[in-house]
Amino acid sequence: MSGGAASLVVDGLAFAYPDGHQALFGVNLTVARGERVAVLGPNGAGKTTLVLHLNGILSGGQGRVQVAGLPVVKENLREIRRQVGIVFQDPDDQLFMPSVREDVAFGPANLGVCGPELQDRVAEALALVGMSEYADRPPHHLSYGQRRRVAVATVLAMRPEILVLDEPSSNLDPASRRELSDILLSLPITILMVTHDLPYALQLCPRSVILDDGVIAADGSTYELLCDEATMSAHRLELPFGFDPRSVRATSG
Amino acid sequence: MHVPDGFINAPVSAVAGVIAIGGVAVCLRGARRELDERTAPLAGLVAAFVFALQMLNFPVALGTSGHLLGGTLAAVLVGPYTGALCVAVVLLVQALFFADGGLTALGINITVMAMVTTVVGYGLVVLIRRVLPSQPSSVVPAAFVGALVSVPVAAAAFTVFYAIGGTTGLPILGVLGAMVGVHVLIGIGEALITSLVVGSVIAVRPDLVYAARPYVQPLEIRGSAASS
Amino acid sequence: MSGEHGHHELFLDHDTPIHRLPPQCKIAAVVVFVVAVVAAPRGTWWPYAVYALGLATVAAIGRVPAPTVLRRMVIELPFVLFAVILPFASTGPRIDLLGIPVSETGLESAGILLAKGTLGVVASILLAATTHPRDLLRGLERLHLPQLLVQIMTFMFRYVEVVMGEMGRMRVARESRCFRARHVGQMKVVAHSAGALFIRTYERGERVHLAMLARGYTGRLPVLHNVAASRRHWVMAAGLPALAIATTASAWLSA
Repeated sequence: MSGGAASLVVDGLAFAYPDGHQALFGVNLTVARGERVAVLGPNGAGKTTLVLHLNGILSGGQGRVQVAGLPVVKENLREIRRQVGIVFQDPDDQLFMPSVREDVAFGPANLGVCGPELQDRVAEALALVGMSEYADRPPHHLSYGQRRRVAVATVLAMRPEILVLDEPSSNLDPASRRELSDILLSLPITILMVTHDLPYALQLCPRSVILDDGVIAADGSTYELLCDEATMSAHRLELPFGFDPRSVRATSG
Repeated sequence: MHVPDGFINAPVSAVAGVIAIGGVAVCLRGARRELDERTAPLAGLVAAFVFALQMLNFPVALGTSGHLLGGTLAAVLVGPYTGALCVAVVLLVQALFFADGGLTALGINITVMAMVTTVVGYGLVVLIRRVLPSQPSSVVPAAFVGALVSVPVAAAAFTVFYAIGGTTGLPILGVLGAMVGVHVLIGIGEALITSLVVGSVIAVRPDLVYAARPYVQPLEIRGSAASS
Repeated sequence: MSGEHGHHELFLDHDTPIHRLPPQCKIAAVVVFVVAVVAAPRGTWWPYAVYALGLATVAAIGRVPAPTVLRRMVIELPFVLFAVILPFASTGPRIDLLGIPVSETGLESAGILLAKGTLGVVASILLAATTHPRDLLRGLERLHLPQLLVQIMTFMFRYVEVVMGEMGRMRVARESRCFRARHVGQMKVVAHSAGALFIRTYERGERVHLAMLARGYTGRLPVLHNVAASRRHWVMAAGLPALAIATTASAWLSA
């Protein structure tokens, strides 16, 4: 699409659920192409609500969302859903076809890709997440970490502009965690990652924003945010016991 | 009451097959009106649930056990047409894959367990709903009665097929008595499970219960309308 | 009716000519075979040996071991019990069986019911043992099962495992607290867990739907496989039903 446009522009986004509960109160967020940004925030801050606005699953409040210069409105939904690849928190929600191959093919096939090109897309996406040899297995027989990687592949097969990950590290053992971060770091793509996992945010995303009470409460370098104890505690964010961002920075640069 | 192959003679099985195909065709047309875009996944869930329910065997009497049918439950949750399709899909999968119920008896099984249960069960729900207060929770007692009655009626419908095309020479009245008797008891179980399940879904998500839709308040959006 | 529907062990993953047959050919063959068996006339018994021989041949080619087939036949048990009652409960002239008077037609009916029922059950078992559930869906699609039914079935397959897993976990939780379903009065407990299970599954369904919409789902599952059947496939698959039709036809002619 238009090369110079930011991958994602969220402008004054406000939203209330039908039951009257208002989750977003004017969110402003711009993510440049190729950037990796973490969205941090306590439970109930509106993180998931924000994510569901990015590809138009939720809409009807105020404000606007633009993906690669294209406004998220009904007429553009098909293109928007190609551009915005959301990896949901629970891979079981995302994987519903009888085999890994079919699941990865589902998205591009919905976009009208077929034949050898479809097979290429599937092979390419599975190779990116290192799951090529599992193509013919039923997804629910894989380990949790493998399912999460397949979930990422299902989205990559659509060649999105921006990858949106909801709690990508939840329920992963340390090895699966590292494998996933290696994969995400290797992808040449814009990433927006919603997480509670502050060390993971620090490892993957140079920039973080804090979403609290439905607004962006802080926006800056992940390292500086994690070191800013006043801001952190004001938004109920706590580092895991024994974790010091300064020591990590010293070793990994 | 999954009927196996060879239990009902070929001509009656064929007639039942035609009835079942006709019923499924009507339901396919009707389902288009019931379903919004989230239909197929939800219908698949209901089918999976009916499948699981039919495995819940519980002791009835004299050492026999029965299983639930799930037709009324499916109809109340996703609407009568889609509900009947869900049960029909379950029966097809059971016959093809689990050898539960004969392939040649599929017409009878679909007619009795998918069509009769949903028509009777949902019909009663609609009738009873009318005389109860206009609120979602009225669907619960209505579903109870619908399920209660639908099971013995299905058993009686089976007996009709048996009377015309049975191959085993049992006295018809005896079969009728035994089938309806056993299924009155199963019907009580079915009614309890159906109403409790419907009740718990209505308590949390009334919008997901098709039969409660007339009572769900239209959605209200706070703030001004957006671009889409 | 009874017994556990084991979902995992149904399909035996071998590479045999039967496994390689396109699913639509196998489904059609099983249906025609069973129809032919059911149409067999009363009064002759030899055709059942021929049908059984046909199925045994298929099982041998498909490398489905006899113990597996026998184990899965427990699904039939309620009707075996029913068939045992028939000779005593049926009307008509009585004959002596081991000194006990039984109904003659009842005895014959029980025999036929068992024979036809068992052949139908074994045919389905062989189909399931040689066809992956996914291919079964493709086969039904090729046989023009309406799209909506195929979709419902696709999701059903996906969710049966989730629902059964949850049911198993809930039963463990109940029984750990010393609950056992013994009579109808305890059904409320079972019903309540069913209700809880329903909401859990429903909400999962909603999340799945969101994930599908997010990947461009418009209400129709894309067709990803082409399991085309050649003339050779159809001829091969026609073997078993042709044998059954010929057997049934000659049984009628000789009866």
